[in-house]
Amino acid sequence: MIALASLTVLSPFIAAVVGMLLGLRLSRLLETRGVPGHRVLRNGPAVIAVVASALATLFALIVAVTLWLDPGPREGTLTLIPTGTLPIAVGLQVDGLAAVVGLMVCCVALAVQVYSIAYLAEDPRYSSYAAFVSLFTSAMLLVVFAGDLLLLYVGWEVMGVCSYFLIGHHWEDRANSRAAVKAFLVTRTGDVGFLFGIFVLGVGAGTFQIDEVLRRVGDLPDTTVLAATLLLLAGVAGKSAQFPLHTWLPDAMAGPTPISALIHAATMVAAGIYVVARLYPAFLAAPTALAVLGVMAAISMLGAALAALAQSDLKRVLAYSTISQLAYMAAGLAVGTRSGAVFHLLTHGAFKALLFLAAGCVIYVTGSNLLRDYGGLREAMPITFWSMTIGFAALVGLPPVSGFFSKDAIIEAALHAESGIPGPVATIVYLTLLVTVAVTAAYATRAWLMTFFGTARTAFTPREAPRLMSWPVGILAVPTAILGFFGLGASELRPHLGSAALSLLLAGAGGYGAYAVWRRDPALDPARVLGPVRTTFERGFHVDDVYDRVVVAPVRALARAVVGVDDRVIDRAVESSAGVTRAFGGLLRRPQNGNPQTYLTGLLAGMAVIVLAVVIFV
Amino acid sequence: MHILYPLVVAALLFSIGVYGVLARRNAILVLMSVELMLNSVNLNLVTFDVWLRDRLHGGQVLTLFTIVIAAAEIGLGLAIVLLVFRNRESIDVDRLRALAESDAEPPADSVVERQGPAGQGDQVAVSSRRAPQ
Amino acid sequence: MTGQEIVFVPLGVVAVGAALLVVTTKQMVHAALWLVVTLGALAGMYLVLTAEFVAWVQVLIYVGAVVVLLLFGIMLTRAPIGRSADLDSGNRWIALAVAVATAALLVTVVVQGFRTAYVPLKPGGGSAEAMGAGVFRTWVLPFEVLSVLLLAALIGAIVLSRSDIGPGPDPGSDTGPGSGGGSRRKGDG
Repeated sequence: MIALASLTVLSPFIAAVVGMLLGLRLSRLLETRGVPGHRVLRNGPAVIAVVASALATLFALIVAVTLWLDPGPREGTLTLIPTGTLPIAVGLQVDGLAAVVGLMVCCVALAVQVYSIAYLAEDPRYSSYAAFVSLFTSAMLLVVFAGDLLLLYVGWEVMGVCSYFLIGHHWEDRANSRAAVKAFLVTRTGDVGFLFGIFVLGVGAGTFQIDEVLRRVGDLPDTTVLAATLLLLAGVAGKSAQFPLHTWLPDAMAGPTPISALIHAATMVAAGIYVVARLYPAFLAAPTALAVLGVMAAISMLGAALAALAQSDLKRVLAYSTISQLAYMAAGLAVGTRSGAVFHLLTHGAFKALLFLAAGCVIYVTGSNLLRDYGGLREAMPITFWSMTIGFAALVGLPPVSGFFSKDAIIEAALHAESGIPGPVATIVYLTLLVTVAVTAAYATRAWLMTFFGTARTAFTPREAPRLMSWPVGILAVPTAILGFFGLGASELRPHLGSAALSLLLAGAGGYGAYAVWRRDPALDPARVLGPVRTTFERGFHVDDVYDRVVVAPVRALARAVVGVDDRVIDRAVESSAGVTRAFGGLLRRPQNGNPQTYLTGLLAGMAVIVLAVVIFV
Repeated sequence: MHILYPLVVAALLFSIGVYGVLARRNAILVLMSVELMLNSVNLNLVTFDVWLRDRLHGGQVLTLFTIVIAAAEIGLGLAIVLLVFRNRESIDVDRLRALAESDAEPPADSVVERQGPAGQGDQVAVSSRRAPQ
Repeated sequence: MTGQEIVFVPLGVVAVGAALLVVTTKQMVHAALWLVVTLGALAGMYLVLTAEFVAWVQVLIYVGAVVVLLLFGIMLTRAPIGRSADLDSGNRWIALAVAVATAALLVTVVVQGFRTAYVPLKPGGGSAEAMGAGVFRTWVLPFEVLSVLLLAALIGAIVLSRSDIGPGPDPGSDTGPGSGGGSRRKGDG
């Protein structure tokens, strides 16, 4: 079992190394051998990456099935690294949570790898791209299966690096590399807290092994647990793009669309939620941390949904919706339904991957990211249209697709919060959840209508995307549609009539509102009715501007001041010390004029002084 | 006789010699000042020889030796001065600055060294005729 | 003040005064001549101090030989005849200070050390007989060494002043550009 889990983690990792080293050589080899069939088969890096992803998916499936047939956590330790104080265990741990999330990660990664073959067919750096996607997958799987906090942190950080490289894949454009740096720095800010959270937790518990830590949480002082969980939350907010560290995610849209799908659905952002779910007993022991998480989630949820309402870029709409949906999960965790949150994580993984890949199809066909350039794609792109429709339905939470079930589980749990968070916070979370449902419906409807209905607003050739792109989308539509029914097996995940009806009502209202505005003039953007607040929403409530003022500008000023000090104080001190030395040397050089008479004068004068001293003092 | 008289004279002569060595530019005048200093020492030697009533007359004999050495010294010194004069066309002590760092005034010295005055031309010719012997 | 002192003091004054003129005169030949006066006065002082042989040697070698050599030197270096303003270097005030300091120091020390020293002068102590006995009996070894020294000085002076001795110049370069190679060895004194 552990061997299978290790293989799951290792196969993408090996693929990353091999693909990076030998990918292009394999391409050349396949080219010269004249392998028959589609030219995709001759793309060496892609073949390596897809085979490894498929293998990983297979292994993850076996792990999940085994665990389903015979539940119960299993763990294995490869080796202990002695550090002098607390040893680091290189070991994996497999339980139901890890198995399902691992399977989801592998599925999405496989879909992304297949999809990328067509989407980035002409990319000159495909081998590094595929290798980093593989490494990214591997790192996420390591996070999922890690049995030790520090091992988990390794995967966590490798993901950060991979996201940096992949977001900045087209680094020729300055904006892309800036977005990559921003993503890296913002998540890094959170990671500092995360690392110290791990230290506090590990040192407090006397071990870094996750199951041991969770077992000893009850014995730890409250303050230790609280400090550790709050610090961990900083990392979670960074990785899962929750307020106030969410600003990197919309900018991360600079990366290729499959990467957005990967980051948003399976790997990067899911890691934060997963870690909270993984360490949930620790969080349950610190209700204050959960309250903070709840407030954070409430702000992120509604703010991101409102921001999504006004975005003009399809990918940014989806990015903000990701923040909003992750906030759903965070809210679910805050109110005490870990299974609901994880359930939503899975369904969200499916439908957000679907939405991003479908959006990639749309972008591929129209050549634009902007909603106002689309329109009337319904007939030309049937697969994409229907898949995306299912995806949006899941996003909004319409029955019977998956999102309905998972979202309902969270809303129902929020109604009677059982995690011990203060009542007002629970109420706020509950109300925000309901309002967000309506707003979600509105922005989803807006994006859907503007993309597929009406008439084309710019000149492009409406056609279906290549099969390698449309098929993963179509295949992802299946889990998006049916994944929700798996939740019926667990009593706490079954939909409740009251909350389901309430949220459906709100969703219907939101959707109809968007539809009504759109119908008045299908050529225009429904977001126009937002009026003056539209800019505020579109700029994400100016959080970036605030950060610019509060963080970036002072740091820049400090950097300039440091440079100035370096230039004007340190350099000048060094230079003037040289000048002083030179002047002093010049002064000493004056007597050294080559005139023996002056030398002799000095000699005799010195002698006279010495004799005088002898006469006087001896 | 009070011994202070010759001793004070010797001290004054020595100081005058010091002044001459330090203040005179011409190397021959410097040599003269050196002679003054030597003589003051001689006077001291004779004085102490007389005062101590040395039976071996060490002081006076040493004075004789000093005079001889001074003669040799003046001969060698003048030979050196003449050599310097031949090379530099000058025996001004404060202009012989070859001891100084090279960027002080090397061009002046080397120019002087290269270009002899006009009157030396035939001697140059003589020496170059004599050289291959 | 004894009679010897009465003779000695004017000689001393003459010697010091002439020495002052040696180091201050504006004419080089005069400096040499004033040097003669100083050395002569010194010879007189040696006589007063009963060192008669030293006195004659002083006259013979110093006044006769050294000063003549110096005069030769003055002529050979084309020193200006007559008054010349630049015989003193710019160093003279510092030199004066050092010299005065030296004089003050020496005179003070000598006066403090020998305030009460008194010597009765008896003739014959420095006669040629006594000197001869001393040099050729007691001091004969230094005397012989000194002769070697004189020989060395003689050879040295010849080597230094003759231009056709020493490492021979390269014939090719010497006959070629003329003044460049020959300027170092022009004239032979």
